[in-house]
Amino acid sequence: MKHIIIGTGPAGVVAAETLRKRQPEADITLIGGEPEPPYSRMAIPYYLIGKVGEDGTHLRPAAQHFDHLKIHLLRQHVTRLDVATKTLSLDNQQSLSFDKLLLATGSYPTRPPIPGMDLAGVVNCWTLADARKIAAGANKGDEVVLMGAGFIGCIILEALALRGVKLTVVEMEDRMVPRMMDEKSGTLLKKWCEAKGVRVLTSTRVKGVSEEKIFAAPANSAPASSGGFFSRLFKPKPAVMAEAAPTPSGKLIVELDGQAPLKVDLVICATGVRPNIDLAKGILETKHGILVNERLQTSAADIYAAGDVAEGKDFSTGKYSVQAIQPTAVDHGALAAINMTGGHNALNRGTINMNVLDTMGLISSSFGLWQGIDGGESATLEDLNRYKYINLQFQDDYLVGANTLGMTQHIGVLRGLIQSRTRLGAWKQKLMHDPTRIMEAYLARNTG
Amino acid sequence: MLKSLYINPEKCTGCLQCEMACSYELEQVFNPAHSRIKVFTFHDAGRFVPYTCTQCDEAWCLKACPVEAIVINAATGAKEILNDRCVGCKVCTISCPFGTVNYNSASGKVIKCDLCGGNPQCASACPTGAITYIDSDATGLERMRNWAEKINTQYAA
Amino acid sequence: MAWTRKFLRVNLTDGTIKTEALNMDWAREYLGQRGLATRYFVAEVDPKVDALGPDNKLIMTTGPLTGTMASTGGRYSVVTKSPLTGAIACSNSGGFIGAEMKNAGWDMIIFEGKAPSPVYLYVENDHAELVPADDLWGKSVWATDELLHQKYQDPQLRICCVGRSAEAGCLYSAIVNDLHRAAGRSGVGTVMASKNLKAVAVRGTKGVGNIKDPIRFMKTVAEQKKVLADNAVTGAGLPKYGTQVLMNVINEMGALPTRNMREVKFEGAHAVSGEAMHEPRKSDGKPNLTRNAGCFGCTIACGRISTIDRGHFSVETKPEYWGNSGGLEYEAAWALGPDTGVDDLNALTYVNFLCNEDGMDPISYGATVAAAMELYEMGVITQEDTGGIELKFGSAQALVAVTELTAKGEGFGKILGLGSKRMCEKYGHPELSMTVKGQEFPAYDPRGIQGMGLTYATSNRGACHLRSYTVSSEVLGIPFKTDPLATEGKPELVIAFQDATAAVDSSGLCIFTTFAWSLENIAPQIDAACEGDWSVEKCAELGARVWNLERDFNMRAGLTSADDTLPPRLLKDGANTGPAQGKVAGLAEMLPKYYELRGWTTEGQLTPETRARYGLPS
Repeated sequence: MKHIIIGTGPAGVVAAETLRKRQPEADITLIGGEPEPPYSRMAIPYYLIGKVGEDGTHLRPAAQHFDHLKIHLLRQHVTRLDVATKTLSLDNQQSLSFDKLLLATGSYPTRPPIPGMDLAGVVNCWTLADARKIAAGANKGDEVVLMGAGFIGCIILEALALRGVKLTVVEMEDRMVPRMMDEKSGTLLKKWCEAKGVRVLTSTRVKGVSEEKIFAAPANSAPASSGGFFSRLFKPKPAVMAEAAPTPSGKLIVELDGQAPLKVDLVICATGVRPNIDLAKGILETKHGILVNERLQTSAADIYAAGDVAEGKDFSTGKYSVQAIQPTAVDHGALAAINMTGGHNALNRGTINMNVLDTMGLISSSFGLWQGIDGGESATLEDLNRYKYINLQFQDDYLVGANTLGMTQHIGVLRGLIQSRTRLGAWKQKLMHDPTRIMEAYLARNTG
Repeated sequence: MLKSLYINPEKCTGCLQCEMACSYELEQVFNPAHSRIKVFTFHDAGRFVPYTCTQCDEAWCLKACPVEAIVINAATGAKEILNDRCVGCKVCTISCPFGTVNYNSASGKVIKCDLCGGNPQCASACPTGAITYIDSDATGLERMRNWAEKINTQYAA
Repeated sequence: MAWTRKFLRVNLTDGTIKTEALNMDWAREYLGQRGLATRYFVAEVDPKVDALGPDNKLIMTTGPLTGTMASTGGRYSVVTKSPLTGAIACSNSGGFIGAEMKNAGWDMIIFEGKAPSPVYLYVENDHAELVPADDLWGKSVWATDELLHQKYQDPQLRICCVGRSAEAGCLYSAIVNDLHRAAGRSGVGTVMASKNLKAVAVRGTKGVGNIKDPIRFMKTVAEQKKVLADNAVTGAGLPKYGTQVLMNVINEMGALPTRNMREVKFEGAHAVSGEAMHEPRKSDGKPNLTRNAGCFGCTIACGRISTIDRGHFSVETKPEYWGNSGGLEYEAAWALGPDTGVDDLNALTYVNFLCNEDGMDPISYGATVAAAMELYEMGVITQEDTGGIELKFGSAQALVAVTELTAKGEGFGKILGLGSKRMCEKYGHPELSMTVKGQEFPAYDPRGIQGMGLTYATSNRGACHLRSYTVSSEVLGIPFKTDPLATEGKPELVIAFQDATAAVDSSGLCIFTTFAWSLENIAPQIDAACEGDWSVEKCAELGARVWNLERDFNMRAGLTSADDTLPPRLLKDGANTGPAQGKVAGLAEMLPKYYELRGWTTEGQLTPETRARYGLPS
């Protein structure tokens, strides 16, 4: 049996390991386009603050982990997928055939369609290579603009602050992390960042980025005033400015909608990511991501997809969507591998969308249908001065979603309550009254 | 035979000796705030419920860890945090549906019960036998697993 | 070590909060909690100060073992001058707030002055702030607790506060922490309210460390926990029955003060005893007692968690009282029950809930009601005074009705809030007040337990069992049995108990450990945790030093040897029945010897030699 997995993120790696566990003799190839050993994007912010070295980002720290498992790691770009012949074409003109294929190609960062996004001073924050660029380009005292206050933007804020840069965050939406936090908590996050000295512009659009150009004085036009006799008799000839071409100063000008432009040293673009479905386009069924069934199978029988690229079943909605989170990638990877090796009962009953984010020390989380549902009820409690907030969303007497801010203890139980569909009974009212007592509610309903 | 912590809330008086013992083992000070076992008080019902990680087979925390900083201790079955690997990303804290992996902002790492390497101090300190460390078969682990099955998303094969 | 070595000084008048280093010279002499706070208090407060004036101070303090794994190491004390007695007040409480204060990094908090309007103190580790409490003023302890927990979204926040009784000036108001533990006696809550200080809310996540010899400490505390577990009282009796284990025992020996101490046996004792709390009710088949509970670090767990029968007249229309809360302990059960002649367990439990809910010392309160009942039956107090309440001995309805008034400081409750002494004086019968130095007696008749007579008469905070619990020896035979009816040897016994108790109260541990522990068990735990040499002898000396310091304050405050006495009923009327029938309290046979052994003059003043011996300030 010949398995190929494209993508060396958590979905790909977990799938490869699961395949090996189930089929000790199978031929397993894991293809990745980046030069480093498989690593975790989740660890990049901690690499940026120096909490871990580059090896601290590796998904599997053990030396020769993949060799020991006889998983063949191939550093190549796959250029084409042929479903009929079950072959892949690689960048190096080779082609590979497979019995079963898993597409775990993840996401790629997007850039808004505005001028200047291709300038050298504009970088993403997605890969280790990007992180190195940021580390090199964001130095103490530099002016930096962060485009996008989403999950990725927020999570690198601390790293940037620690580097001592003067930071401005520009977010199109009306609050920070709009896809993860509700209005109140997103707004509170903004206040927190501002209190930490970060300028945050919400509801603000970047119109374009350009290089600042200045008329640098030509080297020969400013004679050294050596103080000789003639210098007092003759005025030096002025440089003819009009004739000299302006040269880039190294600074970038960021044009904003409704705000004065910013002059900065570095622009970090973290405006979002999109499933990397290039290989599948026109070949497999795709929408936002690659469509898969409960077995993580695509429209082609022997081809599976997992992780950020897959449009899998969402626990809360029962619908199919791209979640792009680590726990879902891991679940997908394992489930896909089981199905690729003939497992029968391994159905994806739906993964829960959830996230946890550390924004300069303020921790926020979101679970399930935190926006609430029609006809549902909600309970919120806020302490604006102490940056605490909790939002619970109910359907009848069970929890369907939640947001927290400034809470670090027992937050996983929110997932437990949601995903086990625990009927809260009398505890529903208690939580409506005091939503912080989630752990007690869980214990009361799940222990004898 | 693997052993597990068996908790009988009926016997708990809420004295928090377990929390002190746990935090002392962890950081050599008595600090219930950093304990990995927590006693919850149900004032109206007159009930105290100690609660910590059940070292569940599903090990959501371990699987969700992006840098393999949670590993299984083969001798005890405990899922242990490797402090020098943990980057503090907290994904495990939202993944554990029991809410028993917590972030410690002082250390920038997560903490969870590791069964003290096979000699759990909470059980030693408990004056009433509400927390004991006994053969797994006798702990009602099955009941916990049944519950866990409800939210299991994988590995049914 | 074991101390955090710093404390907060909160000036309520100008709203400032300062951090100060703990005076370690004093800590080495006075250890902590009761002793150390008293040292600060006498150094800073004029003994003649008006207890309810801004110049009085209120000190909340922990001991070096508070917050450690030593069993029962969760105590804190409140030291101030009492409005009830005019003497020094030192009330001690368990629960969880003491340990939380320590975990936040503070050995002590000194409150001084008076806030211009209601405030509470919020402490979260190093952060301490005074916050306006106008919205909390007028709220009960329970309501305040709930509002603060919600405000801070933190179930782990620990709170102590005063209720409506204190705000209304009730002179025996307590500071209640963790809903139903209390620094109960001598009106420390009244002082707190007089300063416009509604509550102290604490969250500490720093941990308690600085143990001198951690390995020895952990070994010693583990061994001593085993001693408690193996002891019949601390290992079995107290967990099962709580202090209520005593109700039937003391009644049997004819030392259960009944109906304002007119009698020494109560026919209804069993109905309100620890045993009765275990008996299933007819209505729902559940017993009064749900379970026992421990304070922070306590491996005894004598605390009672109880419910009231939902069909009982006191709560049938009040579902907010149907849940569990702090149940009856012996002294409260006695004061609210036998002393008032009420044998209705549900009524007593309800009244006890109310005492917690609005912060009243149930001993002083019950004893005051008992005196009022006697005055009512004499016709001195009338229904006109009580607002129509038939305040007769044995009436559960009357007890419930006046409690609801006193808790809120309304109607006749205002009069009851004066305490027994002032109320009896007001009605022209001071002899009916069962008090010493203005503080009501607890549940042991000194005619049947002679050592307790001397205990009450000499207690530095007015009548109290917790200054020298000779019941241990005279009734339970701990550490050795003495004859409860004899007076010989009692001065020595009382002094030994007073000194040992003062030492325990200065350590952070609970006095209830001493049913199983002596200083031989306690000193090694202190010594392993704290710098310096804490031998048994040094601990006893510490206790004597604290006792003498308190005494000295009282004498300077204007008390005299004439205050070391008992009410005439106990000195002149013989016990009506039982083993002590015909006996009076033999105080005169014990007091002179007591003074002599204490190294005091015949007027009860410290001699210069005694002062020098303990290194007391002159």
